Amino acid sequence: MGALLTVFRKEFLENLRDRRTLFSALLFGPLFGPLLFGAMVTRMLDQNSFEADQSLQLTLSGGDRAPGLVQFLRSHGVTLRAADLSEEAARSAVIDGRESVVLIVPADYAQRFAAAKPAPVLLVADSTDAQNRKNADRARAILGSYGGGIAQQRLQMRGVDPLLTVPVAVNEVDVATPTGRAVAVLGFMTYFVLFALLMGGLYLAIDSTAGERERGSLEALLSLPVPRAALVGGKIAATCAYMGVSLAVTLCAFVVVFHFVPLERLGMSANLGPGTALALFAICLPFVPLGATLMAFVASFTRSYREAQTYLTVVLLVPTLPIAFASIYSLKTRSSLMLIPSLSQHLLMTSVLKAEPVHVLDVVVATLSCLAVAAVLFTLTARHWRRETMLG
Amino acid sequence: MIEAQGLDKRFGSVHAAQDVSFVARDGEITGLLGANGAGKSTSLRMLYGVLTPDRGRALVDGLDIAGETSRARAHLGVLPHASGLYGNLTARENIAYFGALHGLAPAALEVRCNELAALLDMRDFLDRRAKGFSQGQRIKVALARALVHDPRNLILDEPTNGLDVMAIRSLREMLAGLRAAGRCILFSSHVMQEVAALCDRVVVIGAGRVLADASPEEMRRQTGAASLEGAFLQVLGSADGVG
Repeated sequence: MGALLTVFRKEFLENLRDRRTLFSALLFGPLFGPLLFGAMVTRMLDQNSFEADQSLQLTLSGGDRAPGLVQFLRSHGVTLRAADLSEEAARSAVIDGRESVVLIVPADYAQRFAAAKPAPVLLVADSTDAQNRKNADRARAILGSYGGGIAQQRLQMRGVDPLLTVPVAVNEVDVATPTGRAVAVLGFMTYFVLFALLMGGLYLAIDSTAGERERGSLEALLSLPVPRAALVGGKIAATCAYMGVSLAVTLCAFVVVFHFVPLERLGMSANLGPGTALALFAICLPFVPLGATLMAFVASFTRSYREAQTYLTVVLLVPTLPIAFASIYSLKTRSSLMLIPSLSQHLLMTSVLKAEPVHVLDVVVATLSCLAVAAVLFTLTARHWRRETMLG
Repeated sequence: MIEAQGLDKRFGSVHAAQDVSFVARDGEITGLLGANGAGKSTSLRMLYGVLTPDRGRALVDGLDIAGETSRARAHLGVLPHASGLYGNLTARENIAYFGALHGLAPAALEVRCNELAALLDMRDFLDRRAKGFSQGQRIKVALARALVHDPRNLILDEPTNGLDVMAIRSLREMLAGLRAAGRCILFSSHVMQEVAALCDRVVVIGAGRVLADASPEEMRRQTGAASLEGAFLQVLGSADGVG
């Protein structure tokens, strides 16, 4: 036990002096997720409100040929800007980005309209730009409803029931709920939490195993009268400590971000105060030793820092798999799923964030399954460290 | 005292050590001389117990390194071929880390670090981080690390590699001092002059076998060679890789 503490203290102190470890454990890992998350959500909200609030801007050429159409567009909240553009000029203006959507009323419009023949209008837009495409869609919808209205009037004037032209009436029922949408967003968030947690221990796990070998200090260490399990235990304990700090910083950052992001507008309750953060910390804590032993185990087999980094980057993706699986099959919280580490943390965290009730038994099962996997990985790592191939 | 008793080790098809037996006595410096790849490091690694021999035993002060690993190692200081330091720790912290793992109390460690700093002339860089150390400074710290628990036996694998003339000289003086204090010192080298200058006993190793085990003087007599160098060359049969 004394040796384990000695190793723990040394690894903790040594990595505290390492800028790379500190950067990844305390800055990049914990802050990257919350900031990206905040930016993403804010942007989503901005775009939605932009479309709802802003009226459609349309550049109109030859509007005087179609007074009825102009009036209809105005009455539907379209802001019109008159311009005199030929088709070619409109094309190049849209390509250059000077205009977003241009509507051209050709010279023969009035004459064909009066003769009840299809009267042409030209809608020029660039569909590669998402915003322009949306504007063009809106313009097309309004033009369509103008045309539909005119058609009905014409049929009525000829004594035909306009309903004859509507053989099928489609009624859409959208069952998307605000919570359903929120799950996708929460999936991101829980992944960021687990990612930061692993990131916090990444460099320490590498440095204390593959790094020790690359530096050439491993053999001297292995020739000491210390059980290998104590060496491995101390290194893993130090890795856990960094991961715990990283987890705490991440959750604090999320509390701050949630404070500024108006999540209610996405239909989510901003249920992340200090109390919730504490609950999330408790939920994730059992995943810390699992992640630490997993990284130490993988890194013990590698010969160099670089090799360890390559393999551990893959390990960082491991917690995404169950979460991705959960969102594809839209898994609901079930007690049997609590046996799967990372998925159980994801489901429990999601429940807490949605202020749903969490069963104590689920938390117990999730915790025990994480600790059991960690114990197995620890045993395997210690066994590997006892082998002479460990010298490399 | 360090004893190798019929140590045998294979790595796949390579027979790295074949029935290696010799004794390194207290109050003597024993040199393990051989070309690169002759089996010096493999033999030493079995003696300090990081490699397990396929056959044979390694004893430190009569303690079997395989059976009583921790007790045997407590009697043993090791300077492996690769003796890297922790760059973010100071020289003192590097030494103290190993001392603490040997079970030394903080107060005793403090005293011992200062002793070693005086002995190895490290006071100038004792509290600097090891990151920018020269090869000579690194070896000194690694040696202090091996000596921190004041072991009765010391194994050094090619300690003079990369050292300049002055550093080699101070290392020799240090080893001579330890011999005078009755310690058992076993070190490997591929440099004949070094072994000739320092050793009371030379074990010549080639292709994984012990070719000769005698004092330098005996070896010269037995081979009838005019110089020690001639004697070594005669034992080795060829000078390949031994300078």
